[in-house]
This record gives sequence, structure tokens and C-alpha cells, in this order.
Amino acid sequence: MTDLLDLTAAQAADRIRAGDLDPRELFEHYRSRAAADELNAFTWVADQAPSAPGDGRPLAGVPVAVKDLFCTQGVPSQAASKILEDYRPPYTATVVRNLAEAGAPLLAKTNQDEFAMGSSNENSAYGPVLNPWDRRRVPGGSSGGSAAAVAAGSAPWAIGTDTGGSIRQPAALCGVVGLKPTYGACSRYGMIAFASSLDQAGPLTRDVTDAALLLAHMVGRDRHDSTSVEFPGGIEAPRAERLDGIRLGVPEELTGSEGGVEPGVREQFDATLRRAEELGATIEPCRLPHAPHALSAYYLIAPAEASANLARFDGVRYGLRLGGEADLVSMYEQTRGRGFGPEVKRRIMLGTYALSSGYYDAYYGTAQKVRTKISEDFAAAFEQFDLLVTPTSPWTAFELGSKTDDPLAMYLNDFCTVPMSLAGIPAISIPCGLSQGLPVGFQLAGPAFSEARLLDAAFALERAIAFDGSTARV
Amino acid sequence: MGALPVSDYEPVIGLEIHVQLKTQTKMFCGCRVTFGDPPNTHTCPTCLGLPGALPVANRRAAHFGLMIGLALGSDIAERSLFHRKNYFYPDNPKAYQISQYDIPLCRGGQLGDVRIHRVHLEEDAAKLNHLGQSGRIHGAERSWVDFNRCGTPLVEIVTEPDIRSAEQAREWLIVLRETLRQLGVSDVNMDEGSLRCDANVSVRLGGTSELGTKTELKNMNSFRFLERGVRAEVERQVELLRDGRSVIQETLHFDPASGQLTPLRSKEEAHDYRYFPEPDLVPLVVSEQMVADAQADMPTELPTERAARFERELGLAAGRARELAFRAELGNYFERALAGDGESVDPVALANWIPQLVERIGSDADPADSKVSPESLAGLAAMVSAKQVSRDAAREVLTLLVQEGGDPRTIVEREGLTALSGESDGLDEVIERAIASDPDAAEQVRAGNLRAIGPLIGFVKRETKGRADGAEVTRLIREHLEA
Repeated sequence: MTDLLDLTAAQAADRIRAGDLDPRELFEHYRSRAAADELNAFTWVADQAPSAPGDGRPLAGVPVAVKDLFCTQGVPSQAASKILEDYRPPYTATVVRNLAEAGAPLLAKTNQDEFAMGSSNENSAYGPVLNPWDRRRVPGGSSGGSAAAVAAGSAPWAIGTDTGGSIRQPAALCGVVGLKPTYGACSRYGMIAFASSLDQAGPLTRDVTDAALLLAHMVGRDRHDSTSVEFPGGIEAPRAERLDGIRLGVPEELTGSEGGVEPGVREQFDATLRRAEELGATIEPCRLPHAPHALSAYYLIAPAEASANLARFDGVRYGLRLGGEADLVSMYEQTRGRGFGPEVKRRIMLGTYALSSGYYDAYYGTAQKVRTKISEDFAAAFEQFDLLVTPTSPWTAFELGSKTDDPLAMYLNDFCTVPMSLAGIPAISIPCGLSQGLPVGFQLAGPAFSEARLLDAAFALERAIAFDGSTARV
Repeated sequence: MGALPVSDYEPVIGLEIHVQLKTQTKMFCGCRVTFGDPPNTHTCPTCLGLPGALPVANRRAAHFGLMIGLALGSDIAERSLFHRKNYFYPDNPKAYQISQYDIPLCRGGQLGDVRIHRVHLEEDAAKLNHLGQSGRIHGAERSWVDFNRCGTPLVEIVTEPDIRSAEQAREWLIVLRETLRQLGVSDVNMDEGSLRCDANVSVRLGGTSELGTKTELKNMNSFRFLERGVRAEVERQVELLRDGRSVIQETLHFDPASGQLTPLRSKEEAHDYRYFPEPDLVPLVVSEQMVADAQADMPTELPTERAARFERELGLAAGRARELAFRAELGNYFERALAGDGESVDPVALANWIPQLVERIGSDADPADSKVSPESLAGLAAMVSAKQVSRDAAREVLTLLVQEGGDPRTIVEREGLTALSGESDGLDEVIERAIASDPDAAEQVRAGNLRAIGPLIGFVKRETKGRADGAEVTRLIREHLEA
């Protein structure tokens, strides 16, 4: 029998269904791996397997690691913040509940950047996550724990959240598959909000098939989230072997010199384009004229929404409370002053400023106009192309601490992922090779609700690339 | 500027009314809307502002909002937006209130003589209870938050600054309450806070059209306090201006016990609410069907429509028509009395008897709960019209009816209050004595000065103990003097 570690989640589910694998054994296998994790990928790990994981359900009991940002009833849900230390919510996020009902029990909670604000997982109040490919390097962020856990084989699969690249970029840096669905495809109920108009849950998995399988059981309209919609069509296991007739557009603005794409990343990206051509795709440059402004717009809209979303952490009802013996204002100041980390405070300040009377039109208002322009750019591009492709991140995993003193350099991580977030369209990152021993991510983006098309194309490419991630699973 | 009398200043008043809607569930979650239940028994992740919780707009609240808009003749927005209004306070668990800002559900409209600026949907805050002398959070030993109220649907109605006196403010609010009550959208109970009123008050020199600096008076929780609060604030502002000082824009709290107005927050602490569109909610799109549904649930006649009908069809004076129509119980009583069989009665004459009845049973009482049946009031009014009993005597009869109920005709006969007339009842004789008792007055009346007739009529009324009808007496005196 093959080592359990070599099975993808879908393969493990097949084995369980065939009666060849006890789901409790699988759970315990991953539980003990997660408990022994040395990458700091987890903030909480289950004590024991549920009595009957899977129980004949579609996901067959293959356990899932869940980003700390998701509320899980009775289980610490801290958004990797000190202000929510040991906070145990009285309810479970819809997406996590959907997965549990489909037969994927909770294995562990994964580390992340505090409130999903970061691209290196160095902003966690519970310490940074290490990249399994090279422990001196970051796993990316903000879903760094989920990406590292899947890459290291300490979870069969995981979910994360993506606001401006927080699933795709760590997936790229850790050599796993990460998909950000269309905005509204997954319920946000129970996801601790960072930027409500951008946040989406999505899968981080070992391969594209696993991503499709997990996503299929995450999506759906939720009466608790009025921005969620019924996912049109279904999400099947991808089967495409070729890309005949698929028109791929390469946005000049995101792949040119402006994004500062590293030569090694560029090399793997170009090689993947050649593979796509071999599979029958046509490849042409395309234009997204407003995309270079995406990062500026994003860093106004997301902090603005965050400044309101994070205002509820006031020490009154839950989480940290400091200075409660004194007066109200000092309680607010001490609780928030000591409960939030520096990056979170920076974004609250930015967002508060952007919404202030007299500045709203110039900052928030203008950013919203740019956002509309970017959506229009994508709509125009999708008239000529089926999918757009870019490197997921301009760089491979960088060394811990190397960008922490330069927030703007850190923000550039999201240069290629933020435009899709602003447009609300789906995008997937798949590993496309190594550069100096570190994984490189290849991003495909499609029109709203084109997940099936994206997954098919990613699946065909994945087969052609034949990326080997096993070296990270030790 | 020299000292000017108060009357040279004109108050300019606008009201902001918060109406708790009588929905089953809260504005953005499924918790029940209740009053008086044990604290924190109707809460959920959404109305507690727990991490990750999301709002979903209450369809029924939108329906009620549309009914209010229709009743006020407002323009309904096909697509309105929710915004976040950001501020920190323990009664505000998300640290923002979801409200409507640049595109409210309804704009414009009018109720009576006051124009409506806007009508929008929002959510109520939690209730704070403070232990300590101050009764406020500052200086409290301890404070509790009860989240039962948090998230209760509210409609905020903002008027144009069309109100010109404290009394008018009070009267208009009564009309609004009656309208809302008849719509069935709220309990409109000021004691329980389901109807709350703030007032924006400024004054200006009469004849000018520029608006003065306004102050905002918060939460006057009864009609009387509204009137007293506004009156006190108008006086305060006029006094300031007369002294050559100026009004500062601020929010004031009216203390009904002392009649004092104290600033709630100073300008230095003025909030920047940083409104922005609520990303957790989709726009509120009002379909034609939703408007039709709201229309279908409207009462057949609203108070202002009823007043217009009383004026138009029954010939009531405008003031009397409003008086009866704006208090449903009075209007209903009046219409039952009119419809009652028996003598046909003049509506105007009957309407004039309603305030007489109200005066005797207490201004807040429902006449339907009194011992006076609508039929007996109609009977009494008919007897007066038929000159079977004088107006003065009828007032006495009404007092007796309020005390003991029964039939007015029986009381008139029992008390010997039947109207006196001419020769048959010896009224001519009393009139002769009246003329003899005051020859000066008689001479003046004879010379054409009808105003001098008063003492003569007074004599007759005294002598007959009010049984003679005033108009009949006047007619007879003139007849005697000119014959």
C-alpha cells in the first residue's frame, strides 16, 4: 500500500469509498503530522478524530485545515491576532460547515497574517510560518499557514481567504494550487472580515483536482450572506487534456517591467506559455490599461473597509480587554493599542484617513472609480480572450525579515493578483516549476463564474508541467 | 441691535423622528423584536457584532418603510443604498450603525402643513444601563449593555424646517403618530421608545428668510416634553440674540425635571462618521410588486384624508376637522354618533359637542370608554338644534351624562331643563323685567347699539337658570324693544 502521504485528498477519498482506507486512520495520520509541525503553520490542532468522519459523504472524511480567520464553534478563531487570543466563537462559518456536512471534518486551524493583512505571514501575533521548501524563507501570505501545511503534507488540503492575493500568492510561494473564486461564490458568513467587498474563501490543495473537489462543496448561496449567490452550473472534476482553441491573453501591464518580475519567475512563466501553446492554446499579449493603478486603489479600498470592520474589537463583548477599570476611552485605547499589531494599525489609520470628511472623494471615491475601470478592462479583454495569464507573484519566496521594513515593497507582492480581486473574478495559481529550488506560481484568471473553465485549463497545464512537490513533504 | 420683543423672532423648527417598526424580527438578523424581556435574551452573532457575522436586510421592514413613504406622499427610490455610520460606543457593537445616507428609501412628501425631507431605514442601538449618580456613562460605577433592542428596525423621518412654534411641533407629531398607528407599522409609544423625536431649532427675525444657527434637542420622550423643550430652547436662543450674543451649534439634552437644556457633546468632539456604502449588503431594489404590496396594505383613509373629508363633505371648520380626524378615537366616536339612527343631526353642531365631551372625560381618554354613548351625544346635539334645550342647559346635561350615562331626554325632563320659549313658558314676562331692570341698556339697543344687549341677556339667563336659549332670548329682546 502506498504511503498515505503520497495520496492526494481526492485519491484518499476514493480509497475510503472503496473501503481500502479507514478515515479515522487518515485523520490520525494528518493529526499527528500537524501536531508535530515545525513550520508554525497551525494555531490549533484537533485532539482526536471524530467518531465517524465522512460517514458516506462526498468528501469521505478527508480532514481539512482551516485558516484561523474562519469562525469555528468552540475552537479558537483568532485571526492570528492578540486581540482575539483564545476567542472561541459560538458559531461556525458557513463554508466550514458546508465542508463538514460534505464529510470534511476540521483537522486544524492554520496560522496567517493578522486579520489577513500581509503577504509573508510575518504579521501573525503567533509568530511567522516557515516555508517548507526553505525554512529561512516566508511561505507568503496571508494564508501562509494553509499553504505551508498542504505543501509540507501536514494537511491533505486546506482553505484560506483571498482579499488581494492571500490564497494565490502563498500557494505560489509554497508550490501548491490556490484558487480565489468569483466574489459571491462562497459565503463570507463567519469569515472574520478584512475587506468585505473583496474577501473570498477558497481552496489550497496539492493539485487541481483536489481544488475542484473542495471548491464544489464550499460554494453556494447562504441566507446569512446577501452578497452570496447560487453557483451557476456545477463544479466537476476537471478532465481536459488539451487547450485547443483556448485563447490566452498575457496582460502587458502585469508582466512587463513595472511589476518587477524576477528573471527566474519570468523563465518559468515563459516556459509554461510554451507548454500551453503545445497543448493547443493561442497566446497573445493583451491590455489592461488601468491595472497598474490597481494596487493604489486596493490600498485605499481594503484599508477603508478594514477600518470599519475592525472597529468592533473594542474590549466590550469579547476578546482582549485592557484598561476597563478606567474610563471608556482609555479602555478603547489600551485594548486596541496593545491588541493590534503594527501592520493592522497602519491599515486602520490609512483606511480611517481615506474615509475622512473632506478626503473621501479624493481617496475612497477615486479608488472606487479606478475599480470600475479595472472591471471594464477585464470585460473588454474577455471579449477577445478566454483566460488571462500572469505570474502569480513577481518573486519566489523571500527570506524572513527581508521586506518587513519596507511596506511598499511588501505590497508589490500583490501586483499581479490584486486586479482580479478588484474585479471580483476568479483566478487560480498552479505551481509551474522551480527557480533556484523555489516554486513559481502561474496564474490563470477568467470571467465571473468561469471556475469550471479555469480548472479545466489548469488541469491540462498541470499534467503537462508535472510539478513534483514531494520534496517539501518530509 | 436694540432689544427686540420675543415676538419679533420667528422660530424655525424641523423634527427628526425615529420609529421602531413592528416587525417580527430585527433589521438585519432573525432575532425577535421584543420589549421588556430579560436582558440579552434575543441576540445572535449578527446583532452582537461578533467577528464574521453579516447583516441581511429585513424585507418586512422595507415593506413598512414603503408604506410610510406612501402615506407621506414621498418619492420612492427604485434602488437605495445602506451605508455604515462609524462611531465607537458600547451600545453600538459593530462600531458602525447600518443606515441609509445619500440614497434613502424615500425622499420628499408632506404631512399636513409640514414637508418631509427624507425617510430612511436603519437599525437601533443596544440599551445602556448605568449604575451611579450621573445616570450617564461618564462617572458611572458600572455599565451594562442589553442587546435585545440592538438591531431593531427603525425608520427615520426627517422634516423640512417648516414648523414655526413649539405647539405646532407637538400637534404635528401627534398627527404623525396617528398616521403611523393607523398604518400598523409601529407601536408608536413614546414611553417605551418606539417613537422618539429630536428637534432642530433655530430662530430668525420675522420677515427674513435666512436660517439662523440651529441646535439639536435630543430624545424628548413625550409630546409635552417636546413642546416644553422646544419652547425653552426658542426662549434661550431669543434671549441670547437679544443680548447681542450668538447661538452655538450644539446638541442639547432636555431635562424635563428641571426644564434645563444641557449640552450633550461639545463641538470639539464632533463626530466624523466616515459614511461609506455598506459592502455587506446589496442595494435595496424596490420592485413595482413591492410598491403594490405596500399600497395594498394601506388603510383606506389616513388621518389627513379623513380631515379633508370632514371639511369637504360635512362642512366642518378646518381646525375642528383636524381635531377629530387626527385622533382616531375622536373621529370614530364622531362618525358613530353621526351614523346613529334617531334624529338627524347637523354634523357641524355635533362636532362642536365632541370637545365639550373631551373636556369632561379628560383629554387623553377615549370617549368610547365613557358612559356617554355616541347615540346620546347625537340626541343631545339634536335637542339643542331643535331648541328643545338651551346650549347652557345642554352643557349641564352632558356633565350628568358623563357621570351617570343614560338618555339625555330623560335627564332634561328629570332636571326640568326643557327650553323656555316665548309666551307659553312665561319667557316674555322675564324679558319685560329685564328691560325694566336696565333702561339704559334697553335705550342703547333701541338706538341700534346691539352690543349693549349683553346685560339684558345675562339677566334672562340668570332668571331662567339657563333654560332659555341664547339666540331665542336675543331675538325676543330685539322684538320687544323694536315693537
